[in-house]
Amino acid sequence: MNRKILAICLVLVILSGLCLTGCGGEEALTLNVYNWGEYISDGSEGSFDTIREFEKWYEQTYGTKVKVNYTTFSSNEDMYSKISSGAVSYDVIIPSDYMIARMASEDMLLPLNYDNIPNYQYINEDFKGLYYDPQGQYTVPYAYGIIGVIYNANEVDEADTGSWDLLWNEKYTDKILQFNNSRDAFGMAMYKLGLDVNSEDTAVWDTAYEELLLQRPLVYSLVMDEIYNMMESGEAAIGAYYAGDYFTMVDAQAENVDLKFYYPERTNYYIDAMCIPKCCENKELAEIFINYMLSEEPAIANAEYTYYASPNRLVYENEGYIESMGDEAMDILYKYVDDFAQHYEANAYHNLTPEMLGYINTLWETLKIN
Amino acid sequence: MGVSNTKLSSKIYTAVIFAFLFAPIVILLIFSFNESKSLSVFSDFSFKWYKELFNDRSTLESVKNSVILALAATAVSTVMGTAAAFGIYRIRKEWYKVLMNTVTNIPMVNPDIITGISMMLVFVFVGQFFGASTSLNFWTILIAHITFCLPYVILQVLPKLQQMDGALLEAAQDLGCTPFRAFFKVTLPEIFPGIITGAIMAFTLSLDDFVISYFTSGNDFQTLPVRIYSMTKKTVTPKMYALATIIFFITLSLLLINNLIDNEDSRNLRKIKKNRKNKKYVLAK
Repeated sequence: MNRKILAICLVLVILSGLCLTGCGGEEALTLNVYNWGEYISDGSEGSFDTIREFEKWYEQTYGTKVKVNYTTFSSNEDMYSKISSGAVSYDVIIPSDYMIARMASEDMLLPLNYDNIPNYQYINEDFKGLYYDPQGQYTVPYAYGIIGVIYNANEVDEADTGSWDLLWNEKYTDKILQFNNSRDAFGMAMYKLGLDVNSEDTAVWDTAYEELLLQRPLVYSLVMDEIYNMMESGEAAIGAYYAGDYFTMVDAQAENVDLKFYYPERTNYYIDAMCIPKCCENKELAEIFINYMLSEEPAIANAEYTYYASPNRLVYENEGYIESMGDEAMDILYKYVDDFAQHYEANAYHNLTPEMLGYINTLWETLKIN
Repeated sequence: MGVSNTKLSSKIYTAVIFAFLFAPIVILLIFSFNESKSLSVFSDFSFKWYKELFNDRSTLESVKNSVILALAATAVSTVMGTAAAFGIYRIRKEWYKVLMNTVTNIPMVNPDIITGISMMLVFVFVGQFFGASTSLNFWTILIAHITFCLPYVILQVLPKLQQMDGALLEAAQDLGCTPFRAFFKVTLPEIFPGIITGAIMAFTLSLDDFVISYFTSGNDFQTLPVRIYSMTKKTVTPKMYALATIIFFITLSLLLINNLIDNEDSRNLRKIKKNRKNKKYVLAK
């Protein structure tokens, strides 16, 4: 008896499996978008569902259906290896600045036709023609971030804050968090010492290494996204992270924790920008999508969802957006918006040679076992 | 005194092991009902994240993808695996049998990352040979999943075939069954528990595979594990705790079904053996 039931179950499983794989696949335009995870407003918590709205908008405007295949990556390097393997074609990708520079130099990007992207005019001029795309031909900036210091005001003395020295302050031994990736950790020491973060001179990196060695005994843990829980719960009191993420932490902080934020004098600035890779199959559609991402409603929704700052004037000059973000967030996120290029060009990470990256990694591994 | 001490320590030992095994799941379960986003402060009980989860179209899409893929891979690998196991069972030459067994086990002992990369290379090679711009899609990830599920099905079915009384199959054919019919009438019912176990294993393995899916998935089909992995730019939201809790209970119930079948099966086996013994005794008398 039991076996009969099981037999029926198995048949059903097989049938449903075959049916589901057999169906699907109606012909329509497709657009393949490859973006960071959790980096677009996706309709959760009542927000704007960017991808679905684009599909609707496109059908209404052009009368043809479009299907957006939206997939996500977790790092620039993941994205790079997927595309350079030649296995998959994408139409729109959103990598970070240094990766764009690398892909452009390896001839992996297509020049954009800005006539199809009229909303590009709303991008702040300070965000155009930066080092990773000096001629302004491959990219449309999507969001930017600045690293700052987050601290728990209930444990940290206000007088000790303001510079990178806070992360070297022995008073807070075992309360300090450091990045668990070599570039950001070394970058912190280099900004503190006034060194060039893109130096190709090993001696400069050795100096930064010595500085990190001094900090090592004070550090509670090396973290990436673990920093959220450690700061929110009060387990750690000091850590450096992106300005936008600070607000995510404040939203979830425990009752006895009072998180505050400041920018040290020199720090890291980065931009993530939309580009079209060489493997793109429908360039015009990709450009229409990029233009749509810059239009008011989706751009605001994405900026609100990710909490990252937008270089788009339609966003940061919009009254509704300013109101919903609040004064503190506007002050922090858009502090440098009008002289961004100057700060950015002095401090952004560039892509280093493989030899240099290898050397830095060796230093980093040595540091970690110390 | 000594005895009760060992008893106590063995109890403590068991408790500690269970705590390590299940504490993470319990914590996940508890915090999926948390009102706030925090993983450290439990503010209030709520179903908020479950509600959020069911409103999150893209996550549900990847859940759907994972389930479709797991069902399809299970269906194909169960049929193929059973056929393969029967084939191996019927091999007469001993060295050939050992060879076939070893070859089928390779995908199982091979590290996932090597299976993943090598499959990706093959797909890209073939895809570019035919001039496709995208060589990875649903079918490539399905082929990859069938490949790594197959040995697990064979591993579950083959012992059942070996346990089976070979004379039964011969008897059925003596009594006029075609070999084909004999397989469905005699062999299949005997090995059915093995097939079910194999299918359940294939399903769970396919559902939570990350490494191989990561390398073989294209631009239109992202499974849940790959999606969760890409969430590291921002922190993983408690929606995912809710999802993990639901998946945990589904896997748990599959496991329970599996063990119940196994249990009944071994009871039946004992009964049969007992009967046989008694019969022999009667005959000898």
